Amino acid sequence: MSKKKRLKWRENLTGYLFLLPNISGFLLFTLLPILASLLLCFTQWDILTSAKYIGFDNFIQLLGFHREPGVGIVANDPLFWKYFANTLFFMLGIPIGMVVSLVLALAMNQKLKGIVIFRTIFFMPVISSMVAIALLWRWIYNPDFGLLNTFFAWFGIKGPNWLSDTLWAKPAIMIMGMWKGAGYSMLLYLAGLQGISEEYYEASRIDGASKWQQFWYVTFPLLSPVHFFMLIMGVIGGFQIFGESYVMTGGGPAGSTTTIAYYIYNNAFQWFKMGYASAIAWVLFLMAFAVTIFQWKFVGKRVHYE
Amino acid sequence: MNESEIKKKEKRRKLIGKIVAYTILSIGGAIMIIPFIWMLSTSLKSAGDVFVFPPKWIPKPILWRNYIDAWNAVPFNRFFINSIFVSVSVTLGQVATSCLAAYAFARLNFIGREKLFLGYLATMMIPGQVTMIPVFILLKKLNWIDTYQALIIPGIFSAYGTFMLRQFFMTIPNDLIDAAKIDGCSQLGILTKIVVPLSTPAIATLATFTFLGVWNDFMWPLIVTNSMEMKTLPVGLASFQGLYTTDWTLLMAASTIVLIPVIIVYVFNQKFFVKGIVLSGIKG
Repeated sequence: MSKKKRLKWRENLTGYLFLLPNISGFLLFTLLPILASLLLCFTQWDILTSAKYIGFDNFIQLLGFHREPGVGIVANDPLFWKYFANTLFFMLGIPIGMVVSLVLALAMNQKLKGIVIFRTIFFMPVISSMVAIALLWRWIYNPDFGLLNTFFAWFGIKGPNWLSDTLWAKPAIMIMGMWKGAGYSMLLYLAGLQGISEEYYEASRIDGASKWQQFWYVTFPLLSPVHFFMLIMGVIGGFQIFGESYVMTGGGPAGSTTTIAYYIYNNAFQWFKMGYASAIAWVLFLMAFAVTIFQWKFVGKRVHYE
Repeated sequence: MNESEIKKKEKRRKLIGKIVAYTILSIGGAIMIIPFIWMLSTSLKSAGDVFVFPPKWIPKPILWRNYIDAWNAVPFNRFFINSIFVSVSVTLGQVATSCLAAYAFARLNFIGREKLFLGYLATMMIPGQVTMIPVFILLKKLNWIDTYQALIIPGIFSAYGTFMLRQFFMTIPNDLIDAAKIDGCSQLGILTKIVVPLSTPAIATLATFTFLGVWNDFMWPLIVTNSMEMKTLPVGLASFQGLYTTDWTLLMAASTIVLIPVIIVYVFNQKFFVKGIVLSGIKG
């Protein structure tokens, strides 16, 4: 072998060796499972007995409809659609959270003393364990002695039975989620704000722009990469909400706080319907993927990068 | 209006701006911290004091023994040991494998490098729900359910960590690396003696949020552990809730026990936590 070839061969080998630990994990715990999961979608399997190939039955069961005599068209798996709607509801927290954290970031961006203390406080919920926070908020939402209803009682308002009321359970969990994540979003916006060059503001001031105009025509558009990132990550994260519901309400009352991720968990690890659970997981992925592509195409066009 | 009047107006406007900002932040800060104070307050009350309206913020008497009772009610010492062991192992593993792989992707030439890297990126989009079922089945076949292996090994590799470090490694100037090559340094030597020392901020950041992520992880340990001995803190706490559903003083004490370590580490190392979160955000 010529010297050049030998060196090339050696470099290839070195590359692969460096890659080896990481890529074995990649193959074993990411790539192969993805393929296996795809296969599982077309089977019915409870791990104990052997897997049975059933074609598209899982998907038909999940997404299909049938005619029920006397009732009309009915979904094959009404629970799926209910939990899907629940998941979408939770995602309403994304835009609300963005507004709140933007306001906080704007306030943090003024050169104030003691900023570090505020940052410390705002970030504490972010780094806290979701289980501990969920427990705490379960107590806060206690209808008779919890912090929230006590607060309302001051004003003579009788607060609802938050986590036991099908109407209020979802907003309750959503509010907790926003409380927990506000610090994180605020920091992202803060970093974005600090990246906006002062020149833009000077130019707009020379043009006679008011504070509001400066915000709406300079700040807000130049933050679009952050908006965009938060929307995409928010949706992807929203599809995976699980722990909050599991700890706070066990998915209730009457399944009003069960999410798709929770449904997958139940199907796989409570009812051992591995095939069905995999099918749901793939549908979830495709939905998240579709939304992400949609956002990329439509919202991405309006993002201004530096 | 003359010059000084304009200046006064400007100063007044700035002052009002600051007052508004402080007000917003104070309200926000209060909303953030009051729940924690409530948690602390409840954890120190006697059971009877909890169901009292209007609530007392400062418990009388202060029941420190609630913490001891909570600690003993379920094996918290076990949960702590498990969490520490798993978090440290995964963090070390991830940093090590990611450094190696990132260096390969950033600085070594081998066939299929670009395609492979794209493959890594593509899989980052797949939600955990898709892979967790087959991985669970694999672990079950290996009889690894309810063992440390199940908690640690699937987590040692990370596409995200590899991606992040690769981006960082690519910013290291070529001259330094070429100089080392001329000096006869092996690739591994270059990695350990030059690239890694120059990348300590990025690596520390990766280590921090990996550690935090594993420490707080709930779903995966929930899935792969059954016995009390193997549970990590989050799962142990959830079990605690299952056993003491309305014993709020104990529940709050247990929650505080779970939160305190992270909060303490965080307060003294804020730089890394904040940087890590922001870095993972902006670069994404």
